[in-house]
Amino acid sequence: MGKPESASSGKPDRPSVPEQRSGEDPYLRVSDLRVRFDTEDGVVRAVDGVSFEVARGRTLGIVGESGSGKSVTSLAILGLHNAKRTSITGEISVGGRQLVGLPDEEVRRLRGRDMSMIFQDPLSALHPYYTVGRQIVEAYRVHHPKAGKRAARQRAVDMLGRVGIPQPARRFDQYPHEFSGGMRQRAMIAMALVNDPDLVIADEPTTALDVTVQAQILDLLADLQAEFNSAIILITHDLGVVSQVADEVLVMYGGRAVEHGSVEQVLRRPQHPYTWGLLSSVPSLHGDADADLMPIPGNPPSLINLPSGCAFHPRCRYAGRNGDRSRSEVPELRPAGAPGHLVACHLSADDRTLLYAEDIAHVGVAR
Amino acid sequence: MVRFLLKRVMLAISVLFAVSVVSFLLFFALPADPVTGMCPKNCNAERLERVRTELGLNEPKVQQYADYMKGIFVGRDLGSAQGGECAAPCLGYSYVNSEAVTDTFARVLPVTLSIVLPAAVLWLAIGVGLGMISALRRGSLLDRISIGLTLTFASLQLYFVGAVLLLIFVYTLKILPTPRYTSLFEDPVEWARGLVLAWVTLALLFSAIYARLSRAQMLETLSEDYVRTARAKGMPKRQVYGKHALRAAITPIVTIAGLDVGTALGGTVITETTFGIQGLGRTAVEAVRQGDLPTIMATVLIAALFVVVANMVVDLLYAFIDPRVRLG
Repeated sequence: MGKPESASSGKPDRPSVPEQRSGEDPYLRVSDLRVRFDTEDGVVRAVDGVSFEVARGRTLGIVGESGSGKSVTSLAILGLHNAKRTSITGEISVGGRQLVGLPDEEVRRLRGRDMSMIFQDPLSALHPYYTVGRQIVEAYRVHHPKAGKRAARQRAVDMLGRVGIPQPARRFDQYPHEFSGGMRQRAMIAMALVNDPDLVIADEPTTALDVTVQAQILDLLADLQAEFNSAIILITHDLGVVSQVADEVLVMYGGRAVEHGSVEQVLRRPQHPYTWGLLSSVPSLHGDADADLMPIPGNPPSLINLPSGCAFHPRCRYAGRNGDRSRSEVPELRPAGAPGHLVACHLSADDRTLLYAEDIAHVGVAR
Repeated sequence: MVRFLLKRVMLAISVLFAVSVVSFLLFFALPADPVTGMCPKNCNAERLERVRTELGLNEPKVQQYADYMKGIFVGRDLGSAQGGECAAPCLGYSYVNSEAVTDTFARVLPVTLSIVLPAAVLWLAIGVGLGMISALRRGSLLDRISIGLTLTFASLQLYFVGAVLLLIFVYTLKILPTPRYTSLFEDPVEWARGLVLAWVTLALLFSAIYARLSRAQMLETLSEDYVRTARAKGMPKRQVYGKHALRAAITPIVTIAGLDVGTALGGTVITETTFGIQGLGRTAVEAVRQGDLPTIMATVLIAALFVVVANMVVDLLYAFIDPRVRLG
């Protein structure tokens, strides 16, 4: 599993900044990240001032609807946006290196080696014309140009075995279409981990899979994290997945963070009406099976014309409680009581406690 | 893979069989009477009947078809009126040209091949190359110029471009001879000089179409997830585009190129007419005009053969490029 000298010595010592909860240095630090796309219809503010940190061995779940900016954030970290049409500001620090503004070529060298990505749909994310093994070998040899063909093959077969693919040596020579959905995602994971990266971003890794396979893949990710001690960002819209594997949760809406805290805090004592909405729209196995779910009314906002003030206000049941504030003033992310728990909402802490107990606590999985 | 191959070959053979039957029936469906061609002067009913028997036209149609196919595969005796012994592949005897059809084709086929094949190499190289570059530099000046030019050329007609080129290079600048066919094996330089205008004309028009097609294909491929995956692995752009994207983008182009080349080999009438070169296309058109039935039939058969073979080559290439196809 060792990397060649050049890879490990290329990483400078990280500055020791105390991290709030784990007490470990964050491997990834994103602060005030803003991603904008110039389109013919106007400027899309896909990510608008998001900050978070992920330490080695920890998992951050980023949750939100489509268009909330979660995938854009992860692609920005990997530097996969088209530089010509995208403006990225803020800070992205990976292992102590500032990536925003770094030349493409240098970010490329980090991609796949120090940070890698597991994509949503492995059938479309793997090249249909190349064997699975060849694609993994390619990922390995890009960053280990001196590795021989046989060594690279051995490494790929080992990885396939490691992610639980039976008969890895035989599967190596098969094409993606000859794999089942779960096996394909395992192969994708093997490819993402072949260079032993310190940061893994999994973008909806289980969305394309059926539920039983989902659980296996999540277990596998957790096992591999324990083994390689990597920092993981898990992007999902599935709160069940988050509760299963994440340590921390970042809830995004309209390109901004609306709530941030530990899994326990965000899922057990959620503070933002949007998080409430997400929770009460998930069916629960406990309680009354006939009880209605409470979907969030309306649609995600346009990122070109974000609603004024709190972007969630047109869909929020409680927007009128503070006069005109929700409409006119963008709420800042502020401490929400428990240490490390942040929320961006104009409701007072007392109001939030009261409303949650009255309206939300008995609906869906929120119970 | 072997099963796939066998299936394709069987399919090709059955298509050719069907085409041969249909084109044979054409012989009888067309309003021209082959016998009148045989005895142009002082024909009477008795002589007509004799010729008819001589040609075997009084035999049952199945028997006639069998004779015709036998001629193609092993040769046959056509009788003294039609030049006697006709060796395989015997395509019959043309009364109009007073020549065995096989001999006619032996003369005009190399001409068409000489026009189409080099032109195809040119148009594929220029078209696909230009399309790919323009896709990778989308929105650049080069891309916009290329879009404008290709749209213009794709809308132009062969005989117009051909005539303009003739006017410039042959009649005004006089740096090229009047287009004509010289055998490649006799004099390669004259071969090229005589045909280069035809190549360039075909290449200009076709490469415009191929550039537009390749550009669209490449753009579509670049937005595929697996291209993003390749970049996420940290592969250099050159490899991402040159390997992962190109291979996928080229697949549909192979199909269309195969069909276009196959069709073009079956006759490039307009090109041949524009440049006054006697190839397969002009031979076919003249045969139709003169009611030269054996030649028409042979042309249909040969054109079908080219299309079927081109299709088969495309299928094989496809299976080679895309592993998912090999399952079929």
